[in-house]
Amino acid sequence: MKEMSLQSSNMRPAPPSKMKPLFTIVIVCLMVLGSGLQIQFSFAELTSGLPNMRDLLVQLVPPNWAYFAEITSSIMETIRMAVVGTTFGGAIAFPLSMLAARNVFHKSWVTVPARFVLNLIRTLPELLLAALFVAIFGIGPIPGVFALMLFSLGVISKLFYESVESIDPGPMETMTAVGANKIKWLMFGVVPQVMSAFMSFFLYAFEINIRAAAVLGLVGAGGIGLYYEQTLGFFEYGKVSSIIIYTLIVVLFIEYLSTRIREKLT
Amino acid sequence: MIEFKNVSKVYPNGTRGLKNVDLRIDDGEFVVVVGLSGAGKSTFLRSINRLHEVTEGEILINDQSITAASGSDLYRIRRDIGMIFQNFNLVRRSSVMRNVLSGRVGYHSTLRMILGLFPKQDKAIAMQSLERVNLAEKTYMRADELSGGQQQRVSIARALAQEAKFILADEPVASLDPMTTKQVMDDLVYINKELNMTMVVNLHFIDVARKYATRIIGLREGEIVFDGPVEDATDEVFSNIYGKPIDEDEVLGAVK
Repeated sequence: MKEMSLQSSNMRPAPPSKMKPLFTIVIVCLMVLGSGLQIQFSFAELTSGLPNMRDLLVQLVPPNWAYFAEITSSIMETIRMAVVGTTFGGAIAFPLSMLAARNVFHKSWVTVPARFVLNLIRTLPELLLAALFVAIFGIGPIPGVFALMLFSLGVISKLFYESVESIDPGPMETMTAVGANKIKWLMFGVVPQVMSAFMSFFLYAFEINIRAAAVLGLVGAGGIGLYYEQTLGFFEYGKVSSIIIYTLIVVLFIEYLSTRIREKLT
Repeated sequence: MIEFKNVSKVYPNGTRGLKNVDLRIDDGEFVVVVGLSGAGKSTFLRSINRLHEVTEGEILINDQSITAASGSDLYRIRRDIGMIFQNFNLVRRSSVMRNVLSGRVGYHSTLRMILGLFPKQDKAIAMQSLERVNLAEKTYMRADELSGGQQQRVSIARALAQEAKFILADEPVASLDPMTTKQVMDDLVYINKELNMTMVVNLHFIDVARKYATRIIGLREGEIVFDGPVEDATDEVFSNIYGKPIDEDEVLGAVK
């Protein structure tokens, strides 16, 4: 308090205007309200749907435990699709992210096209990609793998090139000074700095891909999603809940593993 | 031998980095470059191995122009010039050994380096370099597990493993305390005397410069305002270089 009185009052700056945050709030409210009205959103709809939801839940219990054995091979297929898709996606994401990183390639004729390609891949949702590939390659896990490959390429490279851009420039400078050419410069100045981040993003993409692979079957792209659609179509809710529980177990297990490994990587 | 032939550097924003620098550094010299921050010390040093491009003039390294060289010629000239940085510039996550070995990439084919295959002999050279700076027992530790002074000595070992003829050191002790400063500077003197590597070192502190240099170059606003043996660098000379009377900002104190 004493220090306050020492300061002469005419030196105190005026507080910033309160209009700006107020304006922001009004805009956001208008947007939410407008969007809700346009799509005729109402909470009444939700409450009227509640009994249906309860019926479904009742039918889901008990799960058809015998069905577990039957879908195991399909669950395994889902995991294999994620493994193959993520690996190839990651293998392409690594060099492409390097090309997109402005601190690694200083020429904009390298980084701009690389970024354009990455942005293009990212805009397509994986289900859409899968549907597209099913049309090209036919039903089965192959289009699913391609969809996951492109999807993980997008996920990994987006995260990865940003982390490449934030590395310590020191070792890169050193490698220039040592007389390394561009490839040696990359191998010793950049790669050792980004490898653990890459592995971490790779595992993260694998986690997402397991979940994504579980629904790809809905469009005929292989994996457990196929069974999901079939059983739901025949109202076999016991089987549906088996699939849900099985998927949940696998996803949780893989997420747990991957999180543990990623902790070790830092 | 390093030769500057009427070298000037103007940054794109118009700032003058170097102005008509014309000098020769002979083999075996221990040159210390002094000046205020922003006087062009770093630009001077980095133009020697062309980390910075100059806008005018020529720099010769053992009679070969580095300013005109390109591609593999440039890489080969750079291989002969080791560099030590203020912030050590080690790959923090890599082992000490791998950091030292990275000094040797200029001696091997690109394919071999992609695979990371260093010959046995290189590992022996790296080990020997680490022994020279008394860090052999840290060989397989991660670089970031070491103290600042130790990290700087690893980067000295890297320059040794490079088997360079010249060593450039850009403020090598600026982020170290007085005790480790002495250790690092002693290492540089040892390398200069025993291995006959030419040293060009940027320093801020006058007493450190006086203790270790055989020759002092003073820079002010990109211009050489003093160049002579350390005995001639009197207090008046230093205050002329710094453009103000010498005070405690320019003296480290603990180096005796």
